[in-house]
Amino acid sequence: MQRPNLSAWLYVTPLMLVLVPFFLLPTLVVLVASFFETDGFGGLLPTFTLANYVDVLTSAQTFLLYVATLKFAILTWLFTLIIGFLVAYFLVFHVKNQLLAIGLFLICTIPFWTSNIIRMISWIPLLGKEGLVNSTLLGIGVIREPLEVLLYSGLAVVIAYVHQLTIFMVVPIFNSLARIDKRVVEAALDAGASRLDVMRYIIIPMSKSGIALGSTFVISIVMGDFFVVKVMSGGGSASVVSAFYENVGVLQYPIAAASAVLLTLVLIAMIALILRVVDIRREITQ
Amino acid sequence: MTVALGEADLPMIRSRRSSAVARGDRRPWTFYALAVVFTLYVAALYGPMICIYILSFQDIRGGLVFPMKGQSLHWFIDLFTQVRTGDVKGSFDRSIKLAALVTVITLVVSLMAGLAFRRRFFGDTVVFYLMIGSLVAPGLVLGLGIGLLFQWIGISPSWYTSALGAQLSWTLPFGVLVMFAVMSRFNSVWEEAARDLGATRWQTIRLVVIPVLAPGLVAVALFGFTLSYDEFARTLQTSGSLNTLPLEIWSMTLNVTSPSLYALGTVTTIVSFVIIGACIGAIIVINKRRGVRATGH
Repeated sequence: MQRPNLSAWLYVTPLMLVLVPFFLLPTLVVLVASFFETDGFGGLLPTFTLANYVDVLTSAQTFLLYVATLKFAILTWLFTLIIGFLVAYFLVFHVKNQLLAIGLFLICTIPFWTSNIIRMISWIPLLGKEGLVNSTLLGIGVIREPLEVLLYSGLAVVIAYVHQLTIFMVVPIFNSLARIDKRVVEAALDAGASRLDVMRYIIIPMSKSGIALGSTFVISIVMGDFFVVKVMSGGGSASVVSAFYENVGVLQYPIAAASAVLLTLVLIAMIALILRVVDIRREITQ
Repeated sequence: MTVALGEADLPMIRSRRSSAVARGDRRPWTFYALAVVFTLYVAALYGPMICIYILSFQDIRGGLVFPMKGQSLHWFIDLFTQVRTGDVKGSFDRSIKLAALVTVITLVVSLMAGLAFRRRFFGDTVVFYLMIGSLVAPGLVLGLGIGLLFQWIGISPSWYTSALGAQLSWTLPFGVLVMFAVMSRFNSVWEEAARDLGATRWQTIRLVVIPVLAPGLVAVALFGFTLSYDEFARTLQTSGSLNTLPLEIWSMTLNVTSPSLYALGTVTTIVSFVIIGACIGAIIVINKRRGVRATGH
């Protein structure tokens, strides 16, 4: 019993040699720093104080930032879930030719392997004041003046998020839908179930793990993002992480660390809630 | 509609196959509705990107929006010759080197971790959740932690130390997850057969495991390269004084309002597409060769 354990640990040692110094220790460093004081010049005084947490938790700004960030997270989650599910469902259940399905699936995933920043700024020529959408709408006479809300607004932020993150829903939902035995659906239809029943009692319950996994990705990315909010809102909106980054910019490390710890706790709580529906480890390793 | 479909099926329950065939002939309305949704999704996915590729080929009068003003390579030349746009060449160079380094490390480490996770071992859950944590941790927070850690130890951050580690904390979980998917289809009988025939552990890995897993390993390399090449949040505070390409693009996004930003977008996307094409091509070739060999026997 000991020997296979030992060789397995030998095989994961390189992984741990990255995860410990570049994930575990930095996380602990942030945790420790959140209890320190700053000397005002970027240095840290090793004391134990809760002042940073008091500052973060009692500031009205923190509350507003969380409300704003959660709003973006929920809207993005909703749209990516609906679009992602429909796309995955179409590929698995409606495209009969398997090679074609794989090809279409690849078409959906290719942008994931390209630059996020470039994909974000690529909305500028479309949504801008003189952009394609506005000039088209002006051209056909739907509007008289260019719409200002298209770019540098909350709408633009959500559009950019949905554009970037729907793939994180498509892939896991596609995987869990592809694992559904088509004969189960056939049997249900033969037994007289309506297609709505099939959706409600077979397909949605069996795609739960994919939905949970996709939701974890989308929510954690939106909650941890600052650059989409910064560029696409034109500075009009802030997020939890953009406030964190401003604190880092002015060398207020302890306060930044405290808000990072708070964000991490909120994230863990949200993910735990999502994962209550599914044993993530069993789903992934099988 | 659903009721009608159910009734139409009733006379056909004789065998499952016949009813399946009957259903396949007439496509339900949802097929067309979802086909429209899918087409719109793909159009929205690629449309904006295509716009900036087109706009990057304007001449010197060019702006950030349509209509297109002339056609030239002006902004591409501008990109690599103007000081105003920053050190594009240098950052491009660093990003490629860093991505290559990350790819090699990701490949080796993910393969080893994938092999380990086939069986349960003491502490496997801890390793697994560390990995998931590393995957979902906000990049900027991790960047601050790594920056402070390096500051306390007294190493100055640079792209080939702290940024390399920061990127690996992002690419490795992806690599290992892909390995899980690949491993679930790996039959350990082949490995046992090799060992029964007297192969050493290293020979088994080199001559049996790696060739069998080759397409999956190409996929891991694809993730390693592209995720590193485009990584931004974790690199921002860990790259030291020299920029990688995404950091360069980021600073251009904030300062540059000419089509040279789009030109850079076009160039970097071409690099990504070449890598993606090469990897997908390699996977297809490997699978095709296998198909030929399998039918040849």
